[in-house]
Amino acid sequence: MRTKTLLMVLVLSVVLAFPAGAKTLRFAFQGDAKSMDPYSLNETFQLGFLNNIYEGLIQRAPNLDIKPSLAERWEVMEPTRWRFYLRKGVKFHDGSSFTADDVIFSATRVRAKGSDLKTRIAADTKVVKVDDYTVDFITSAPNPILYVEWGTWYIMSKSWTEKNNAVTPESATGKDENYATRHANGTGPFKLVTHESGVKTISEVNPDWWDKANHNVTKVIFTQVSNDATRVAALLSGQVDMAYPIPVQDMKRVDGNADSRMLVGPELRTIFLGMDQHRDELLHSSVKGKNPFKDKRVRQAFFQAIDIEAIKKKVMRELSEPSAMMIAPGVNGGGNPKFKRLGYDPAGAKKLLADAGYADGFEVGMDCPNDRYVNDEAICLAAVSMLAKVGIKVNLLAQPKAKYFPKVLAPKLDTSFYLLGWTPGSFDSWNVIYNIHGCPSDTGSGKFNLGRYCNPKVDALAVKILSETDQAKRNAMIEEAWTMTINDIAYIPLHQQALAWGVRSNVELKQRPDNQFDWRHVVIK
Amino acid sequence: MPALIIRRIIQSVIVMLTVAVVAFTLFRYVGDPVSQMVGQETTIAEREQLREDLGLNDPIIVQFARFALNTVQGKFGISFRLGRPVNELFAERLPATLELSLVAALFSLVVGIPMGVYTGLYPDRVLSKVFQTISLIGISLPTFLIGILLILFFGVLLSWLPTFGRGDVIQLGWWSTGLLTASGLKAIVMPAFTLGMFQLTLIMRLVRSEMMEVLRTDYIKFARARGLTNRAVNFGHALKNTLVPVITITGLQLGSIIAFAIITETVFQWPGMGLLFLQSIQFADVPVMSTYLILIAFFFVVINLIVDILYHVVDPRLRFDKSVVSSH
Repeated sequence: MRTKTLLMVLVLSVVLAFPAGAKTLRFAFQGDAKSMDPYSLNETFQLGFLNNIYEGLIQRAPNLDIKPSLAERWEVMEPTRWRFYLRKGVKFHDGSSFTADDVIFSATRVRAKGSDLKTRIAADTKVVKVDDYTVDFITSAPNPILYVEWGTWYIMSKSWTEKNNAVTPESATGKDENYATRHANGTGPFKLVTHESGVKTISEVNPDWWDKANHNVTKVIFTQVSNDATRVAALLSGQVDMAYPIPVQDMKRVDGNADSRMLVGPELRTIFLGMDQHRDELLHSSVKGKNPFKDKRVRQAFFQAIDIEAIKKKVMRELSEPSAMMIAPGVNGGGNPKFKRLGYDPAGAKKLLADAGYADGFEVGMDCPNDRYVNDEAICLAAVSMLAKVGIKVNLLAQPKAKYFPKVLAPKLDTSFYLLGWTPGSFDSWNVIYNIHGCPSDTGSGKFNLGRYCNPKVDALAVKILSETDQAKRNAMIEEAWTMTINDIAYIPLHQQALAWGVRSNVELKQRPDNQFDWRHVVIK
Repeated sequence: MPALIIRRIIQSVIVMLTVAVVAFTLFRYVGDPVSQMVGQETTIAEREQLREDLGLNDPIIVQFARFALNTVQGKFGISFRLGRPVNELFAERLPATLELSLVAALFSLVVGIPMGVYTGLYPDRVLSKVFQTISLIGISLPTFLIGILLILFFGVLLSWLPTFGRGDVIQLGWWSTGLLTASGLKAIVMPAFTLGMFQLTLIMRLVRSEMMEVLRTDYIKFARARGLTNRAVNFGHALKNTLVPVITITGLQLGSIIAFAIITETVFQWPGMGLLFLQSIQFADVPVMSTYLILIAFFFVVINLIVDILYHVVDPRLRFDKSVVSSH
């Protein structure tokens, strides 16, 4: 009897020890946040994870609208001078106060050696302290999208990094581990407790956060589960509250289970096919002495030979949105109804090829990653068989990303025909026009223009778009640029793949189109 | 004996060097880590600079020499992927793999030997046929399939056991153990079963055939003629004599259990060295991959050395043979 009472007391005290509102969010993702250093890698998952611990001057709402964060407001003093008014009374997790010095320090660190986010602030932009809570950014040329990528430029504490010898983000090339790799000190709604690389990362709520919390989470446990089947099983058995990505073939199981559901939405990444339009003779083709892709009719024939609806239905199982543009509808300038995909027309494609002098078709090599995008290799295989119907023999080389990227990316550019995906970090058209459509040059233009499409008029327009501050004029120019590149058939846009998050029924959250998981909006019932 | 050990150690060094050379030649074909170490905005010049800083542009011979020199001094470098010292990463992961491997080996012995004895003694009984069928499944089904089926059945449908991870762990100095917590013990059941299944089959079949062999020998017949109890004959004399090859095989298999834990660890997201290795391959994280291969080679070499020495200790014939040969 006595032991029974004792047991009761024990159970009760355990129950009481946990406050009624204590909610733990457990989630699993395919990859890992490789480092807790917010400048070490420009990658969606890592930056999205750290967004819960660190904060930028601005933040993105669930629909990606820009909202003030550590900066309360900002104004353009003159076209090249922006003034940011910082929020007062904000504290870092270690208790130190957030001031203009931290912003200036972060601007230096993000451009230091070892940083992968150098493009967040141009190298020649000066950051000047006006007073403790006011900072000026002085650019060399007017830049209307100065701050749009600052949702992922997180402010670090100057005193904390100096104390822990982490003033630069260097890691792999250095000799020792950087302190910021496994420790974090932000201003965000959650504090990092422990980070075990590839095992689990534990965070807890920051009770002193400056903003009003919309979530009811007190602890977050993140586990990397790389095997698809294991990740789905963990969700179905209730060992995690949320898991992503869910492979397309398992979505029905997750939805069919009473305790879990699928959250599906279009992602901002656009998957497309590119063609070498620069070399005088293709590296991998049966056509010698000339480059068939230089002929617009051939590019159009390739475009019209692809049955995008079949890819959507068979390969993507309805979880893709065919795209006429190289950007997703959520990106500034995207979703323009003026642009329509060229229709699927194998007969027309054959005729175009015949007109171009390739009545009997030709052979061409194709490069494709097989572990980077949703069903990437299957999409390429579908394209191969579709092109075979119009007489093009495609020799597909599908490889893991560690082999694929070094082959196709500059400086090698060893490809004739390839599949790639792109999300503009700024959610603005300029990024895509500049990186994917700009004539490649040493200045950085056309960095990912692997087929070296080049239209000087587009380049000239890109320069104007960058510095035009009148939004209406700027958008008109963006539309003009897209009209030119789409008329040129610079690329063959395919689709936006779908985001696929699996969520337990008792969890409410908001899915962001950029695939970042923001714990600020999680409510566990 | 000392001569044997010295000879063995020299051989071991050669083996490990060979492993290192082969591993390094293979790394040329794994791919380029740089494209994954940086994001899409990084310029070509910066990528090239990083490649230069990491020494990836040097000839493979130079890279190898640098690696070998550092390894000998115990410097394993910094992981490209995680930005952390490689030896720290392995120190964290080693307990998980060793615990899993030892539990799996123990499981295969504790279950495999009785099953083998039973099927050896009573080959015609129904239960023996059942054991034989099970062993056939164990030997023919691939590990990952067994793992996934277990997860589906015991994890998803019955929700008895956790489907991934190690559960709660307790730190004993630098060693982290999951064997002292309830969730840790629950978590190890399915991975250990998956990993030990193949070994179990092997041991069962080995014990069975050895048992049947020994039972036919004259000294067993004499023992029975002397009127010893069945128990004394079967376990005291027969089983004892079957165990020499079982010990050898178990020892040798321990190495492969540790090495083959890769697949089991991936299926169960078990945070051991195998999982680390697999993730590193996808990333072309050369420092981690080379350290892993060297470490596994080291395990094999050490285990083999111990088994060889044990052989000489346990089996007197090996020593006698030599003296007989030399006396001729």
